Amino acid sequence: MKYLQIDRVCKSFISGPKVTEVLSDIRLTIEKGEFVSIIGHSGCGKSTLLNLIAGLTEVTTGAIKLEGREVNAPGPDRAVVFQNHSLLPWLTVYDNVKLAVTKVFGSTKSRAERRDWIMQNLDLVQMTHAADKRPGEISGGMRQRVGIARALAMEPKILLLDEPFGALDALTRAHLQDAVMDIHARLGNTMIMITHDVDEAVLLADRIVMMTNGPAATIGEVLPVPIPRPRDRIALASQPDYVRAREAVLRFLYERHRFVEAAE
Amino acid sequence: MSIVALKSPPENAPKPSAKVISLPATPNPQLGVRRILSDLGAMVLPPLVVLMVLLAVWQVAFSGEGSGLPTPAAVWAESADLILDPFYVYGTQDIGLGWRVLTSLERVAYGFGLAAVVGVLVGAVIGQSALMMRGFDPIFQVLRTVPPLAWLPISLAAFMDSRPSAIFVIFITAIWPIIINTAAGVRAIPQDYRNVAAVLRLNQVEFFWKIMVPSAAPYIFSGLRIGVGLSWLAIVAAEMLTGGVGIGFFIWDAWNSSRLTDIMVALVYIGVTGFVLDRLVAFIGRVVSRGTAA
Ligand SMILES: Nc1ncnc2c1ncn2[C@@H]1O[C@H](COP(=O)(O)OP(=O)(O)OP(=O)(O)O)[C@@H](O)[C@H]1O
Ligand SMILES: [Mg+2]
Repeated sequence: MKYLQIDRVCKSFISGPKVTEVLSDIRLTIEKGEFVSIIGHSGCGKSTLLNLIAGLTEVTTGAIKLEGREVNAPGPDRAVVFQNHSLLPWLTVYDNVKLAVTKVFGSTKSRAERRDWIMQNLDLVQMTHAADKRPGEISGGMRQRVGIARALAMEPKILLLDEPFGALDALTRAHLQDAVMDIHARLGNTMIMITHDVDEAVLLADRIVMMTNGPAATIGEVLPVPIPRPRDRIALASQPDYVRAREAVLRFLYERHRFVEAAE
Repeated sequence: MSIVALKSPPENAPKPSAKVISLPATPNPQLGVRRILSDLGAMVLPPLVVLMVLLAVWQVAFSGEGSGLPTPAAVWAESADLILDPFYVYGTQDIGLGWRVLTSLERVAYGFGLAAVVGVLVGAVIGQSALMMRGFDPIFQVLRTVPPLAWLPISLAAFMDSRPSAIFVIFITAIWPIIINTAAGVRAIPQDYRNVAAVLRLNQVEFFWKIMVPSAAPYIFSGLRIGVGLSWLAIVAAEMLTGGVGIGFFIWDAWNSSRLTDIMVALVYIGVTGFVLDRLVAFIGRVVSRGTAA
């Protein structure tokens, strides 16, 4: 059965008399439990696509269906880790996660269970030590980690990650990638992650969706990554499948990139 | 949006004196008492000196024969009891100005409290929609310039009774900046926060308390601060209706019986009380919206 179906979706933004077509004819089917990476140049419409799946913006034409039902409003079953963390600055780290946990598990978990669950998710991103700090008092990378903890704490059907590790240093990044892979293996939830990082895309994804440049961007190519899980980043580096996938993505991006520069 | 214009109205003008009360929160113990005293002196002394000079100028300017206004010396001579003991009670109509201020404050508390609640709610609703904002904002901008006295007849005609009319005058004077600023604050809520609320499916009430109020707090409190200033401004107008023992009525009454020196003293009471009210709302605003700016 088709789990998430993106069917001939177009998205235009209208500002006054000007209509900008950002996404055109996007078709993609994602299976339950699949990990999909979306890669493409800046401004091509990746965040827009993610917002459409989240239900935060409406499609202009076409339809997005989750388990056969059309997506037309946001909900905690499609948790988003936003590109710019989007923590509420007046709440502590703990309270930011708590807001989500209370909303989702308010009636199914007891108070003590919820507290444990919040701390467990903060622990996953190694942020328990800053539970009582406000977002303004922690670093950008730490904020992003809290954003991930908040989204994970909702136990969503689909986790939508918009360049979640973009602002992180290499070590933290690697640790969080492992954490995400671990969560994916354990919970089996469907994940869609936007990234600029080719290695990250290949390491994490079952399929890599490569987008053409905007305006009117669409899916240029979908590359399956046939590497068995669990994946180990060190062993992977020399594996032929990994190297091939990496090369394919790089070629796509480089060729497109050069094409754009020539056109401008 | 008119928020810029509203944020620095003449009503909450005593800016320089703001420095006076902002003592360092935790004085460094090493610096010792002498340093604190000298700091205090540095803050209190300049306004004190200016005050002395102003009083002297006033004294000299109005001590000539046939001058219309009393001098500071005359004020002291005739109204010293009002200055020295704010809380005396000699009879139902003969009480200290402190009591009168408290009576007026109670009235303002009703009027302003109502304006705060209604203003924030109405502002929150209007701020949610760009269309409503466009429709209502110009009307509010016009209404907010109507002076308190002008509302008196309308208010009396509507309520037929002096007590609710007085509170209504305070209410209607204070509510506009509260609505306008709250609406502007709601419009300024970042899309990010709205997205978070949408993903969590917060309902209207949760959105109001968990996102809107904290996010718009700086705007709301700047509106409340202007509002409290305006409602205190309206007190004389309001108490011209009610009579009784308020400080506003005291001035009206003193004018009718030509006790100019009493009016002078009452003006100082009103000024100081207004200043304290302004500081108080600003302080609450700072406490409530801590972290929002982060
Ligand atoms: N609300 C909006 N109104 C008008 N245009 C928009 C809106 N949101 C996005 N766009 C336009 O859509 C295009 C794609 O934006 P989007 O944020 O989806 O890009 P992106 O691929 O996520 O880029 P990046 O990698 O830099 O995050 C951009 O040209 C942007 O200007
Ligand atoms: Mg983006």
